[in-house]
Amino acid sequence: MDLVAENISRAMSVSDESQFEPARRIQFAFTDEQEQFRAAIRRFLQEKSPPTEVRRLMDTATGYDPEIWRQLSEQLALPGIHIPEQYGGAGFGMVELCIVTEEMGRALLCAPYFSTAVLATNAILNAGTEAQKSSLLPDLASGVRLAALAVTEPNGQWDPQAIELVATPVAEDFLLEGAKSYVVDGHVADLLVVAGRAPGTAGGEGLALFTVRADASGVDRRLLESMDATRKIARIEFHGAQAQLLGDVNDGAKPLVRTLDQAAIALANEMVGGAQAVFDAAVNYAKLRVQFGRTIGSFQAIKHKCADMLLEMELAKSAAYYAAQAAAADDPEWPALACLAKAAASEMYLHIAAECIQIHGGIGFTWDHDTHLWFKRAKSSQVFLGQPYYHRELLLQRWGV
Amino acid sequence: MSKVSETDVRAEVRAWLAANWDPEMSLVAWRNKLVDSGWGMPHWPEAWYGRGLPLGLVRAVEEEFARIGAVGVAKSGVRLLAAATLLEHGTDRQKERFLRRILTGEDTWCQLFSEPGSGSDLAGATTRADLHGDYWLINGQKVWTTSAHHADHGLLLARTDWDAPKHEGLSYFVIDIKQPGVDVQPLKQMNGHASFNQVFFTDAHVPAENLVGRIGEGWKVAMTTLAHERRGADGLSAPAKRGARTGRIYVEERRELETANQPYTWYPQRAGRVDLILDRAKETGANTDPHVRQEIAKLMILAKSAEWTARRARAAQQQGRPQGPEGSLGKLAASHVARAAAHVHTLMTGADALLTGPGSPRDGIIAEILVSVPAISIAGGTDEIQRNIIAERVLGLPKEPRFDTGPFRQVRKN
Repeated sequence: MDLVAENISRAMSVSDESQFEPARRIQFAFTDEQEQFRAAIRRFLQEKSPPTEVRRLMDTATGYDPEIWRQLSEQLALPGIHIPEQYGGAGFGMVELCIVTEEMGRALLCAPYFSTAVLATNAILNAGTEAQKSSLLPDLASGVRLAALAVTEPNGQWDPQAIELVATPVAEDFLLEGAKSYVVDGHVADLLVVAGRAPGTAGGEGLALFTVRADASGVDRRLLESMDATRKIARIEFHGAQAQLLGDVNDGAKPLVRTLDQAAIALANEMVGGAQAVFDAAVNYAKLRVQFGRTIGSFQAIKHKCADMLLEMELAKSAAYYAAQAAAADDPEWPALACLAKAAASEMYLHIAAECIQIHGGIGFTWDHDTHLWFKRAKSSQVFLGQPYYHRELLLQRWGV
Repeated sequence: MSKVSETDVRAEVRAWLAANWDPEMSLVAWRNKLVDSGWGMPHWPEAWYGRGLPLGLVRAVEEEFARIGAVGVAKSGVRLLAAATLLEHGTDRQKERFLRRILTGEDTWCQLFSEPGSGSDLAGATTRADLHGDYWLINGQKVWTTSAHHADHGLLLARTDWDAPKHEGLSYFVIDIKQPGVDVQPLKQMNGHASFNQVFFTDAHVPAENLVGRIGEGWKVAMTTLAHERRGADGLSAPAKRGARTGRIYVEERRELETANQPYTWYPQRAGRVDLILDRAKETGANTDPHVRQEIAKLMILAKSAEWTARRARAAQQQGRPQGPEGSLGKLAASHVARAAAHVHTLMTGADALLTGPGSPRDGIIAEILVSVPAISIAGGTDEIQRNIIAERVLGLPKEPRFDTGPFRQVRKN
């Protein structure tokens, strides 16, 4: 009987205890305050962003409701949740930011949050001079202005080394020449943070971030038709547009890389939230739908699928949470964990969304059923910021393998 | 029991150890002292070799023992599962007879639950117990019995009523293994080890007084055993590493542990040896192959995520929050990790994966991983049973219709 009689801790012993260094400062549980914060956001989004609203907004050109944006800025202070108080923010950090994105992912909120708060704001925090942070961040924290980060180009790569856009110094400023694509919320942003390179440079050399007013001359913006209509993307061409250097040219690609790593963690958490929503829908449906005189959830084929989905989701959730906590604690390993969390979450989310359609059967393939909204967000999130294979490779490089 | 503080407990155990601990004593003599004092199992009731302390203070006591290298009571194998079951369901006479020698290590125990015909469906046991006056006659076969070849007693689940429904016709006994009616045969596994036994009963005797609990309540008693097993026998720690300490008692303890741990030498390999992966990647040069790198990364993501999930469950528990789904997934996660690790290990090893034994990579460890991993998704509840448990208890999905609810005699069997 001892084959049945072994305790689980022994089964887990190699992967659980002996192999990894204990992480002392990194938290494995949210505080009560963080849970309350989460509950408040969830209540807000349940009320303001039901699927009917998601459907309404995804069919608009701007893709968001300015009134809801005003409320989440004024009532919940979300755009500046992670911005230090001296720049008009709430002064919290990565963990709180990721709680926000997780809840927004769950509700599939249509709003320029990821672009403004996660990407552009972090780019300014990471790269900007004191003066730039003081002048740019308060309006982003208050939600008065929107911003986007333009990194990817028509070549579709998130690796900063693939950037081709050239920034030529002219007096105090720079003139930008080149094209950006897949810029999330690029069509509605007031301020663009643009990644470019010095003339004649290649690879990791000569990279820097620039700020450009979206209405500056020489900036051509075009909304692209996106497969995931809940996340709008734009192509932006720069024809000699006037830009300011963000921060110090000697920092090179570092602030950009840091920004993308933070964004990967925030996106992993967003995906975890979205996956939970479709997963819950699938399990609920399995309890209701009757075929062959039984609820389909009583068939092992469905039960086992659901159990596997839960496992996959909880594992990715642990990675997303851990990466956020590690980044908040500034653990030296956190950039590697960003890759880990992004790869785990994006494989998981698409799989869960596809299985959710499968469990719903025919109804799950209809336009009127909501699952496809999350399915499309899952796929767009998998590609956005780099595919899983890219992050797995980067993970090993960062681990020194 | 009045409320006791950790400081008081530490002071008390420290004083007692200072007065009594002697590494030159024999193991059994020392453990008899422990049993008499109650410090061996401080959370057990005072009437039965304990001190009635709350479970939360056991760790403090253990730390005091570890601080001076004092040896504890015997804890290896299934002996503590036997003890916990007897404490809860045994008669005073049974407790008197068995508990002390469990703790001193003089008696070794084994667990006789699984049968060839009932693996996942444990309650379908068909080993029979028939009452003849003041003793029961046992006939049938058990399997997967660790340590049966040197055990003194067994925890036996046997059928006493064939007309009752499956779960209600079982009874629970303590059986003397060293008797003519009990034949223990080693069971060789696909990895070449023989960590388990088959146990055949042919008119083996169990005195009537060895019935644990009432007739027909065997399933309930067995659940107690399994619950303690899942709790890791009350979360008691494994014996501390003794380092360079010397004394007669350590020699005896080491010998005891070697015997107790002998069946488990391949268990690290069964779990996949994720700890070797990154070293092996460099060692084999597999770290330069983009395809293999992807597989390595997938495995490490899985293994790390499983580790963090276990930590997350523990952290929630420590904060006194209700257990989330993450607490029920460890077993299934471990299966996935092990299988993925075996895949990556053999992938990296290339053609050398065709070899086994001392001449093969890492002295046969890599080969042993491959042929040991299949056990992990079976032992302690198959992956399929785990999925049922998760689906039904965590997700609230309905149970499947059953075909085994009538009299057991009429239930289809192997």
